[in-house]
Amino acid sequence: MIDSHRPKEKVYWKQNIRIVLSLLAVWFFVSFGMGILLVDFLDGFRFFGFKLGFWIAQQGSIFCFVALIFVYVYRMNKLDHEYDVDEDQDNFVPDDNYYPDKESKE
Amino acid sequence: MDVQTLTFIFVGATFALYIGIAIWSRAGNTDDFYVAGGGVPPLANGMATAADWMSAASFISMAGIISFVGRDGSVYLMGWTGGYVLLALLLAPYLRKFGKYTVPDFVGDRYYSNIARVVAVVCVLFVSFTYVAGQMRGVGIVFSRFLEVEITTGVLIGMTIVFFYAVLGGMKGITYTQVAQYCVLIFAFLVPAIFISMLMTGNFVPQIGFGSTLADGSNIYLLDKLDQLSLELGFGAYTEGKKSTVDIFFITAALMVGTAGLPHVIVRFFTVPKVRDARISAGYALLFIAFLYTAAPAVASFARVNLINTVENAEYKKTPAWFKNWENTNLIAWVDKNQDGKIQYFSGQAFNGKPKFLDIRGSEGQRRVENEPTDNSNELYIDRDIMVLANPEIAGLPNWVIALVAAGGLAAALSTAAGLLLVISTSVSHDLLKKIFLKNITDRQELFFARISAALAILIAGYFGVYPPGFVAQVVAFAFGLAAASFFPVILMGIFSKRMNKEGAISGMITGLVFTASYIIYFKFINPSANSAENWWFGISPEGIGTLGMLFNFIVSNLVSQITAPPPKEIQSLVDKIRVPRGAGASYHHIKS
Repeated sequence: MIDSHRPKEKVYWKQNIRIVLSLLAVWFFVSFGMGILLVDFLDGFRFFGFKLGFWIAQQGSIFCFVALIFVYVYRMNKLDHEYDVDEDQDNFVPDDNYYPDKESKE
Repeated sequence: MDVQTLTFIFVGATFALYIGIAIWSRAGNTDDFYVAGGGVPPLANGMATAADWMSAASFISMAGIISFVGRDGSVYLMGWTGGYVLLALLLAPYLRKFGKYTVPDFVGDRYYSNIARVVAVVCVLFVSFTYVAGQMRGVGIVFSRFLEVEITTGVLIGMTIVFFYAVLGGMKGITYTQVAQYCVLIFAFLVPAIFISMLMTGNFVPQIGFGSTLADGSNIYLLDKLDQLSLELGFGAYTEGKKSTVDIFFITAALMVGTAGLPHVIVRFFTVPKVRDARISAGYALLFIAFLYTAAPAVASFARVNLINTVENAEYKKTPAWFKNWENTNLIAWVDKNQDGKIQYFSGQAFNGKPKFLDIRGSEGQRRVENEPTDNSNELYIDRDIMVLANPEIAGLPNWVIALVAAGGLAAALSTAAGLLLVISTSVSHDLLKKIFLKNITDRQELFFARISAALAILIAGYFGVYPPGFVAQVVAFAFGLAAASFFPVILMGIFSKRMNKEGAISGMITGLVFTASYIIYFKFINPSANSAENWWFGISPEGIGTLGMLFNFIVSNLVSQITAPPPKEIQSLVDKIRVPRGAGASYHHIKS
């Protein structure tokens, strides 16, 4: 059985946390940092017909959010593969032993 | 053809499509009914999630609100999209691996406690009913304005359609109808946006037209022109903020975290076959949402410029037909304070409160209101909700575009209503009946109860649509605040902390709930006159207080779990299993048995 308790899965989980935290740092900096806290400062710069801060607050941050999720998907799929915890072999094989204690818990 | 005939054709055709899909995708068992058999392709799930999430508020109200508040509208734009990053990175893949039907399921199993399950069910019901009332009101507005039927008739038609595909099809019916509804609503939002962008800036991509120069040969950027117009009329520059930074920060955070904690959105990630699919479908969902959300601020600024140019200092008698049409639906009112027969539009309220129309007309033919006029020089009342619906008419677009917008507004409201009704019925039939009160019922009986509760939920929602409680607008803050302060921390800790136990989770949820609810109830219902920045804690408005409630939840749950016994071994190994993707397909098959 594969779970995050065994040594290899522990490392996998640490790597997972690292990816999530680094992407969330970008998420926080763009939205709360540039879109809110620094917005007036950034408004001093022009970006085409926009004030830069206004553009990030109303449009730019959304493009960034979309990109962040796709980067996450790419990096996690790669990580799953490296640590051999991906679902390529799952093939929807019914496995009633997967949660052996499921019914008894309820 | 006139607008009304075209609207009948468009709305009729889309409704026929939804019913056709419902018949094609009927649910055969509870697994179909709750999670569409767990076999929804990620791209379809992305579209369904986008339609599920984008409600009447996103389609009808949001651009209108931004249009009136300017830059501060970014709290909705960032708040309602940034939450998907949290959802995709912190919740969706793990909940998919867990592989059950509902949010209370996760809370109840992970915290090995039926008390936790019941607290979660109560939150689900409260959040979902709050939300669904708003959707039914949206259906009523669209029907009464575009099809000129009574609001009651409109709501009844909407209820019948939702009844058909939610009760028959369950999650399976809803999912595929939502895919169709996404296509209708995005087309209906973008077509007028593209037209107006072309007219105003000569650029057919609204997202770019937003930052372009005006097409009138003046070579002035649209936003600079808008700032100038707004300043002249005393509104303050459109691209500058009016709310305090602290408040913007907390409201944005509450909307983001609340979005990630909304049960009807979370449940969509239970419907895909694999963990990998849950991740990518969150990406698709946000991409599909972004098509609308990046166009909305552009639409808001176009509409604002158009509105000011059309109404300011215009003679009432010469105003276009849309002005009088919306006046007849009680959403526009004009008081001729200086008796010159022209509309003066400035900052400030024309009169106190919402207009109460009298049955008489004024000298220019305008509808009279009994409200006492204020002593500023603004003469115009405009309900923000009409901006998106009236936009094509204000810009003078062809009739079929106006009809399309009506069909789009209905698609947005109905898709969200259906998703919410499903969550309500699931938490009654599955979490309350099957898991707690009637443990011995068969799958068939459970499905029967699920259908009955969906039907009852539709009736209650319809009642709210016909007799909208005056507090609908106020309680929206509730839905997000409560989702942020209750579910998000509990689910997050359930995945990322093995030490979190039931004592911690329950006390955290209750702390977050009670704190957030009392703050909102105090300022919105008990003492509304005190609802201003100088009385708020740290300058945080009731809309943003969910963020503080969430922080309290985290603090209390961690403290309590440190001084009580750790969760049992099997729960710790359940957490270990949730953290790795392999085996998700197996758990999908297991839940069928």
